[in-house]
Formats: sequence, structure tokens, C-alpha cells
Amino acid sequence: MAAERARAETTTQVWNDPNAKPYIRIENVTKKFGDFVAVNDVSLNIYRGELFALLGGSGCGKTTLLRMLAGFEQPTSGKIYIDDVDMADIPPYERPTNMMFQSYALFPHMTVEQNVAFGLKQDKTPAEQVKTRVGSILDMVQMRQFAHRKPHQLSGGQRQRVALARSLVKEPKLLLLDEPLGALDKKLREATQFEIMNIQDRLGITFIVVTHDQEEAMTLSTRIGVMNSGQIVQVGTPKEIYEYPNTKFVADFIGSVNLFEGHIVEDEPGHVLISAPEAGTEIYIDHGISSAPGAKVWVAIRPEKMDLTKNRPDDSDRNSAPGIVKGIAYMGNLSVYLIKLDSGKEVKVTMSNQRRAAEHAIDWDDRVYVTWHANSPVALLS
Amino acid sequence: MTNRLSWFVIAALVLGFIFLYGPMAVLVTYSFNANKLMTLWGGFSAKWYPILLDDAAVLTAAKNSFIVASVSATFATVLGTMAGYVLARYRKFHGRTAFSGMVTAPLVMPEVITGLSMLLLFKEMGYWFGWPKAMGFSTVILAHITFSMSYVTVVMQSRFSVFDMSLEEAALDLGAKPLKTFMVITLPIVAPAVISGWLLAFTISLDDLVITIYNNGPGSGTLPQLIFSKVRRGVDPTINALATIIITVVATGVITSHILMTRQEKRKQRDIQAALQSNK
Ligand SMILES: Nc1ncnc2c1ncn2[C@@H]1O[C@H](COP(=O)(O)OP(=O)(O)OP(=O)(O)O)[C@@H](O)[C@H]1O
Ligand SMILES: [Mg+2]
Repeated sequence: MAAERARAETTTQVWNDPNAKPYIRIENVTKKFGDFVAVNDVSLNIYRGELFALLGGSGCGKTTLLRMLAGFEQPTSGKIYIDDVDMADIPPYERPTNMMFQSYALFPHMTVEQNVAFGLKQDKTPAEQVKTRVGSILDMVQMRQFAHRKPHQLSGGQRQRVALARSLVKEPKLLLLDEPLGALDKKLREATQFEIMNIQDRLGITFIVVTHDQEEAMTLSTRIGVMNSGQIVQVGTPKEIYEYPNTKFVADFIGSVNLFEGHIVEDEPGHVLISAPEAGTEIYIDHGISSAPGAKVWVAIRPEKMDLTKNRPDDSDRNSAPGIVKGIAYMGNLSVYLIKLDSGKEVKVTMSNQRRAAEHAIDWDDRVYVTWHANSPVALLS
Repeated sequence: MTNRLSWFVIAALVLGFIFLYGPMAVLVTYSFNANKLMTLWGGFSAKWYPILLDDAAVLTAAKNSFIVASVSATFATVLGTMAGYVLARYRKFHGRTAFSGMVTAPLVMPEVITGLSMLLLFKEMGYWFGWPKAMGFSTVILAHITFSMSYVTVVMQSRFSVFDMSLEEAALDLGAKPLKTFMVITLPIVAPAVISGWLLAFTISLDDLVITIYNNGPGSGTLPQLIFSKVRRGVDPTINALATIIITVVATGVITSHILMTRQEKRKQRDIQAALQSNK
């Protein structure tokens, strides 16, 4: 997983290049259904060859955004450009996009093979070529042996693979995948993720992938856009999103996190000092955040960036919160500790199980100090 | 809850069936009556059937009925499918309520009035446009289309309202134009509803009398018209035989379509089970 995640960092970061031209420009797009705002003033640039993941809770407007790109919904206001062409008057069948539907939308009266071939036939592709391309894409999703079945004769995961194959087979310039892998088991999911990345590398297709699964977003994507109730709250590489979330929502949504409420005591360019009664310690962060002293902040610290010790640290009034071990979950390569701090707040700490059953192992009901390095916490203003 | 039927349920069932099918049972029985008098049972005989089939008037009327019913059902199905599609798909357009009301009005309009108004329309058209010159096949077929289309519309509207729109979107997305999408995706999927709409229109047209009387001319008389005129001259056992044949034809059609539908559904269930079993 780590190797895959590194991919995002090695890809040249076009989005940081001010001269680069975005392939897709979404400008202040809002979509209302009656009075309900499903997509709220979204602006987004996506570059050619990116694999952009849209991440967000149920009902936050991900599908609606994709449907506007595919042409099934018109924005209430705002503009969408694909390859510098205004999409307002372009019907779905003339857009350079293909979409994989969350509901799969397989044609029930056609076999798997006919479903996949449908798009190619609309382009009057020669029959020979249709056959080979359908065959190879069915091989890729491991559905060749079901080529002559109808959709209702397939399981959920099999249907999902057919839907994926049907959207991939035309190799469009822009692929919109709505929850493409949700119904697959772990092994098949990883294999398919790998294939999707392969296709992207090989054909330079631009992907927008909607997912609930943050690990999938981390693994697959060049960048992630996190959505919350119709708005894009943060856009960044998986690493940026994980390490530097810009709001409580993002910190909480991506991975697990311990959040402490507090207020700023000192804010210098080189460091911040935050008083957080909930943590039972002052929190010292080795970079400034430029805000007014006294301002309310939330401090987010990832469980794996915390450490546990039974001995009182030397510098014990900073970055060391005392508490009692209330639970230990053994997860194989790591253990998750649940610590009840003296303030009553519970925090999660993960520790890798490098040493097996060390002498000074931490046990239930032990009194411990939760510590962290000064560069680990992130201070959030909202 | 037990699966045993209580005596009340059985009684209700029996009474209901007698009420619905008693008259028909009598009619069918008396079509095998040897006695020429309707009311007296004179022993079993099938002699009325050959007599019936020798009657040229009956055969012509049957042919006319068949032509009128099949042609009008076909047009009604095309128009009703289009109307049902629009009503189910476009929830908001100018005059939707009016359109919806007008399309389905013939369902509740007294046939006497529908028939009369069609007649007046045809007379006016004949006067102003020179067509139709006389009442006949064309006018009776048009009249039948007008009211049987409403039934097809209702059937198709309810089918289209549960149709999964994303199937059409998927086809558009894959590059099919709207008309093509309708022909190769929508229509094949709703085909069973189209067929049952057609059958409905066909049977409604087949047994219509009132509207037919107003709008038909000489030479295209239908079976109900023939039966009606015969009955006025006194019931003749051949009528029973004719009615029995009609009942048989209609029942066969209905039962066949029912069997086809349930068999398809059963096969689908079996396939789903099989897919779940073999799923790996
Ligand atoms: N056609 C519609 N009419 C009215 N409301 C709609 C319509 N389509 C979507 N919505 C609403 O817009 C909101 C966003 O829907 P959307 O389908 O985009 O969510 P989503 O992010 O894809 O959620 P999920 O992860 O559950 O698929 C939802 O609250 C939904 O109820
Ligand atoms: Mg969705």
C-alpha cells in the first residue's frame, strides 16, 4: 500500500504548474433540486491524465456532480468546460465521457457481451474489432466465462465488473466512475484497482472516481476532493489531505484522528502554543498558523503519531497527556490503545507491534502518558 | 395465520365465481342444447356449430371484427405508448394536466356520447373536407382507436413510471441518440407491457357495440352488431354457439399471455437462484 501511495508523489504535479491548462474546468457550479442545494458553488480544475477521487459522505452531491459532467443534469448556475468546450449545450451522447453508474444500469435484455459491445457499436466500430476489444476487457475484469449470461443471472460483484467493463471499453477521454469497486471482495478490488491504474497509465485517460472508501481514494488517486453537503471542502494529494487537513471535517473523515478543543496562547511564526484543557496538557506545535491569540482552535493528532509511555516524560507540561489504558485491540501488525485522559476524554493511540511481548508492555488500567512530537499536531480553525 | 381456508373464505370464493361465471356457464351449456327452444334442455348436441360455420353472414362479421380489432389495436398501441411515455417521463410541461385528463377521459365518458360525437365529427369532416364520404371500416377503426388508446395509455404510463431511467441514460452515455435509445433499449424492455396493451385494446375493440353502431356503415358490420341484430329477432341457439367460440378464443388468449408472463418470471427467479448458488 505504501508503495502505491508513493505514486501520487512521484507523478509530476501538474496542478502546481501555473502554466498548465486544466482539461476539465468546473466554475462555480451549483445544482438545486427545487429549494434543495445538492451541489453548492463548486469550482474545480482537473488536469489531463489525472485520477481524481471524489470523497464524501452519503448524499453530499458526488453523483450529482458526475451527472452534470456526463450531461444528465444541467447546472442551475455555473459552467463546465471539458477540453475548453462549454458543455452547456452538448448532449450526453456527444460528450467525450463515459460513466459507470452507481446502480450499474446494465441493459437487462442483453447479455454481458452485448452490454459491453453496445458503446462500440454506436461508433460503428468494425465487428472484428468489437469482438477482440470486448473479449480483452472481459478478460481484464475476469468475466469472460459469463459473456453469454444476462445481468439478472449475475451476482452483485459480477454486475459491477460488467458495468466497469462497459464504461472502460470505449476508452473515452474522460471516465466517470461512481463507486466502481464497492461490491467487490478485497482481493478482486485490489486487482481491479491495479488494472484501473494500468489503464490510466497506458491510455492517459482522465478519471474521476467517486468513492466512499478513503483507503481506495488514497491508493488510487493523484488528487482527492473531499465533499461535504454539496461543497468541496479540500482538494489535495492524498498526502496533503492526510497530513494537513484544513478542517475538522476533513481530519475526521479521512483516517481516524483525535481532536482536542483549545485556544491559542502564543502564535509566533515558528511555533504555536495551545491550551487544551481536554488534553490535560499544553500543546506545542513547531509551526505557526497566524491567527489571533485567544482564538478557538481544534488540534488534530493522528493515532499513529502518538506514543505511550509509563514513565513521566521530562518536559511533562507540554505534549504529554496523562491517562489510563481502557482498552487494547490487537490487530496483528499493530495494536490500538484506548486511553481515558484525566479530563475524561478518550483518545486512540496505535502502536506497531515491533517487539513481541516486551517486558514493560502496557496493559489494561496502567497509568500512562500519551506523547507526540511537536510537528505531529495540526491546528484547525474550523 | 394458518394456511387453511376458513368456510367463510370458501363461501365467498364460490359465490363470487358463480356470480361472475354463472351466466357464461349457462350460455356455454345451452350451446350444446339439442332443442331449438332456448329455455328447454333437449339433450346434448353439437349441431349448432356446423350450422354456424356455414353461415356466410357470421363469417364475414367475424372477419370484419378481426380486421377492425387488429388494425385499431395496433394504432392505439403506438399512440398510447407515446402518450404514456410523455405522461410518465415529463412530469412538468405546459398543459400536462389538461393532456392527461383528455387522454384518459374516454375511459369514463359514456360510450353513447363518445360514439355520437365521433359520428358528428365524421359528418362535419365529410361536409368540409370531403372525407370520409361514407361510414365504414375507416371510420369505425378511427373511432375504436380513439377510445382504446386511453386504455393503452394507462397501461404504458404505469409501466414507464417504474422504468429505470438510468438505463436510457447509460445508452445515451455510450453514444446512442435518443430515438435509437428508445428503439433498442426502452421498447424491448417494456415489450411485455406493449403486448398486453395491444391485447387489451384488441379485446375492447372486439366486443364494442355502442360506438361501433354509431360509426359503422354497411359492409363492415362486426360480430357484436350481428349478434345484437339476431337477438332482436329472437334468440337462436347458433348465437350461443357463436358466443361460446368467442369466449373460448378470448380465454385462450388471456390464459396464454398469463402463462407466458408467469413462466418468464419463474425462469428469472430460477436464474437468480442459480447465479447466487454458483457465485464465486
Ligand atoms: N433528482 C433529484 N431530485 C431531488 N433531489 C435529488 C435528486 N438527485 C439527488 N438529489 C439529492 O441531492 C443530494 C445529493 O445526491 P447525490 O446522489 O449526488 O449524493 P451522493 O454524494 O452521490 O451520495 P451517495 O454516496 O449516497 O451515492 C441528496 O440529498 C439527494 O437526495
Ligand atoms: Mg452517489
